[in-house]
Amino acid sequence: MGTSTVLAIDMPTELTSSQWVDALREEGPRRDDAIARLHRLLLRAARFEVGRRRTGLPHLRGESVDDLAAQSADDALVAVLAKLDDFRGESRFTTWAYKFALLEAAVRLRKLSWQGRELPLEPESWDTFSANHTSPHRDAELREWLTALRVAIDEQLTPHQREVLVAITLTGVPIDVLADRLDTTRGALYKTLHDARHKLRRCLAEQGLDIEGVAG
Amino acid sequence: MSKDNDMIRALLGPAGPELTCDQCFEELDRFVELELAGGDAERAVPGMGAHLRGCPACREEHESLLALVGDS
Repeated sequence: MGTSTVLAIDMPTELTSSQWVDALREEGPRRDDAIARLHRLLLRAARFEVGRRRTGLPHLRGESVDDLAAQSADDALVAVLAKLDDFRGESRFTTWAYKFALLEAAVRLRKLSWQGRELPLEPESWDTFSANHTSPHRDAELREWLTALRVAIDEQLTPHQREVLVAITLTGVPIDVLADRLDTTRGALYKTLHDARHKLRRCLAEQGLDIEGVAG
Repeated sequence: MSKDNDMIRALLGPAGPELTCDQCFEELDRFVELELAGGDAERAVPGMGAHLRGCPACREEHESLLALVGDS
């Protein structure tokens, strides 16, 4: 869409938040123009996110990067238009809209980086846990801590809580990737993680361990 | 020592109340603008900072929005 079209429908170069919302709620050329502008903003945000995270995806080629950003912007546009009534004006409209594009791109990138990979679950994770954190110089308090924590994880958590805790916090599986594999939602998994952490904190506190001193 | 503490911190997560992922996403734009304006974002959005410390995915998205809007 060219500059002449923008001038012909009398839209300012920079829109205020309320102008954005009004234009997107209208029918006709002003709305079309606002949607085109919004898509450009969302594409910019998606490209920004892909640029930040693509180092973790060395096999991602230029064309795939462009496609990923374009798909993210397209989906973000649909989300923004669907949720327009949720915009409360507590930030600039552009900041509010950007987050949808960043989310779409981030989720796609995380899923792509784990595509076709086995999710590392308990055996590998516990090996990592003990191998990386055992040192002859570790002080006694920390050794006591790690033992108590390992026992609490084994004895206090359900298998599902243990799996979620280990995957997200020890092996770095992204929460949305795990949610896909377990056929659940990011929100439900975070609740599981939160409940598991709460159980561990309570168990360690009951043993008199100084949680805030070590993990605060 | 630091690596061990980081691991314990990740396993135990933040102390105190925290937002959910959905609530975090709802508040993210306001929180970031408050941060960039030098305001007390943590006080304005209680539980947001705790959630960002506990949730790696939301933390990534927060970092990105902060960087993008900060650059704009």
